[in-house]
Amino acid sequence: MSRLTIQLPGLELKNPIMPASGCFGFGREYAQLYDLSKLGAIMIKATTVETRPGNPTPRVAETAAGMLNAIGLQNPGIDKVMNEELKFLEDYDVPIIANVAGTETADYVEVAQRISTAANVKALELNISCPNVKCGGIQFGTDPATARELVEAVKAVSEVPVYVKLSPNVTSIVDIAQAVEAGGADGITMINTLIGMRLDERTGKPVIANGTGGLSGPAVKPVAIRMVYEVYKAVNIPIIGMGGVTEAQDVIDFMSAGASAVAVGTANFVDHFVCPTIIDELPAKLDKLGVEHISEIIGRSHR
Amino acid sequence: MIRQEKMTVVSQKQIATNIFELTLHGELVQDMTPGQFVHVKVSDSLEPLLRRPISIANIDKDNNEFTMIYRAEGRGTKVLATNREGQLVNVLGPIGNGFPVDAVKEGGTALLVGGGIGVPPLHELSKQLNARGVKTIHVLGFQTEDVCFYEEEFSALGETHYVTVDGSKGTKGFVTNVLASRAPEFDVFYSCGPLPMLKALEGFYPEKEGYLSFEERMGCGIGACFACVCKTTDQVAKDYVKVCSDGPVFPKGTVAL
Ligand SMILES: Cc1cc2nc3c(=O)[nH]c(=O)nc-3n(C[C@H](O)[C@H](O)[C@H](O)COP(=O)(O)OP(=O)(O)OC[C@H]3O[C@@H](n4cnc5c(N)ncnc54)[C@H](O)[C@@H]3O)c2cc1C
Ligand SMILES: Cc1cc2nc3c(=O)[nH]c(=O)nc-3n(C[C@H](O)[C@H](O)[C@H](O)COP(=O)(O)O)c2cc1C
Ligand code: FES
Repeated sequence: MSRLTIQLPGLELKNPIMPASGCFGFGREYAQLYDLSKLGAIMIKATTVETRPGNPTPRVAETAAGMLNAIGLQNPGIDKVMNEELKFLEDYDVPIIANVAGTETADYVEVAQRISTAANVKALELNISCPNVKCGGIQFGTDPATARELVEAVKAVSEVPVYVKLSPNVTSIVDIAQAVEAGGADGITMINTLIGMRLDERTGKPVIANGTGGLSGPAVKPVAIRMVYEVYKAVNIPIIGMGGVTEAQDVIDFMSAGASAVAVGTANFVDHFVCPTIIDELPAKLDKLGVEHISEIIGRSHR
Repeated sequence: MIRQEKMTVVSQKQIATNIFELTLHGELVQDMTPGQFVHVKVSDSLEPLLRRPISIANIDKDNNEFTMIYRAEGRGTKVLATNREGQLVNVLGPIGNGFPVDAVKEGGTALLVGGGIGVPPLHELSKQLNARGVKTIHVLGFQTEDVCFYEEEFSALGETHYVTVDGSKGTKGFVTNVLASRAPEFDVFYSCGPLPMLKALEGFYPEKEGYLSFEERMGCGIGACFACVCKTTDQVAKDYVKVCSDGPVFPKGTVAL
């Protein structure tokens, strides 16, 4: 296993594989299927100050090699997340990355301050990129100056390193990445979903009740790889890459582009055992590449 | 416990227009109860990507076999219909909470009301109710005669009424037409089918105990993604339920219709 270890701000990863936020709930359901301690880390579902009811259904729709979702950040609110969900996850030897969402700076600051004190939360992931709710932070994620100010405010209160999750729905993702780095971000996670729409064949109307949804899955991987590649060149903080990872080769691709670790989202719905499977397959991939330790391939596309 | 298994196709038969009966062999049959469903990956490729939720229509624990009945209409179910004997199908299951078979006492009567592709799970339910000494009455609604199935199977288990929208088989109209004209005596009702049918039933039998099975688009199928959430009526403690993990079967009055 030691061939797969990765050190990142706040995170000692047994391996670079973690389920992405929103695709793994708070781990309970997958804990019935396999031992969560096997994972490098877990990015838990977005947490807000209050309970959020989410959007009307249908909330998901299938697309070519992908899916659209508009869940609407449904979550039980920070009190329940801290008292019940994070407590449950304490039974496992796995670091937690808490996904923090809000409407205003004050919401982010409150959630960040409180959740960063939980024993197993080793890093925060600021969600400034959810496309599905007006208050999902997207306004923070599309303007460099606002993004930077939010990071500064959260950094001032957080007890753990702060990663910022970038939206691909911008003209220049590099500008946002540099802004959050300047604001003191310890790392970047990318990408969140791409805004998309699917129309019903019969009615011609959108399938998703919300109209638009976030596109994820294998279909978005080329976009995500390109963005990780560009951001890696432009910043000096580590990147956790995601977008369409379904097998070990995708992990190699993201790390080659510059990611230090990789999150798996939609693929967890298709093969519920995909994360442990990828972890098991990585050593053979390293043998094939003639690489002893996985960290050697980080950013190799730039060399 | 939910497991993932590559199950072997025992048989695949077309039993009505676009309706297929697929029997699979594997270990996870041992954990199945009526009203639960499986989440099927219909292809090994990325197309179509998501799994398809399909109900369990028949359970044969002695032979480790179960049957699903599905309508091959969209991309995924059409691929599923191409499977032949001996092929492997990737199945996650059994999932969810099914029908409470013990809600009716021995010697009692259960009313089973199904609509279209909601009929299949009622078959295993009826078998298990009959095995407990419960009398079953089946009222099954379809669009037209050519999509009706399992007439012999249901008739062997109890009184069975067919209803079609165009009148090509049985009573013309909706299941409620039969219920109004025959007024069957029963203790508990169970139902699976389109929302308007479930809603009509709730209104029809406000004072009876009843269990309804719901459908909603799914992502994970195990309770993690919040795709399949339904609003509840305000009488219950929670303001939402997940069809995949809390259901698909809920006591009458739980879900806001
Ligand atoms: C708990 C449950 C049990 C079910 N049991 C049966 C059964 O026994 N027999 C049967 O024929 N059908 C059943 N269905 C409906 C079945 O899941 C859909 O008809 C099927 O997923 C459609 O897939 P497709 O590839 O034909 O259609 P497509 O249009 O290609 O599907 C695209 C996407 O929409 C989803 N979708 C489409 N229609 C439905 C629907 N009605 N409900 C939920 N998701 C849908 C698909 O799962 C897929 O993700 C059940 C649904 C649920 C939720
Ligand atoms: C159903 C669903 C819910 C999601 N919820 C969240 C969320 O709460 N917070 C967040 O930052 N990202 C959320 N995402 C985005 C994922 O974490 C991830 O960034 C995106 O899906 C791309 O990865 P993938 O292609 O591997 O799925 C969600 C994605 C999906 C499919
Ligand atoms: S389908 Fe994911 S919670 Fe039900």
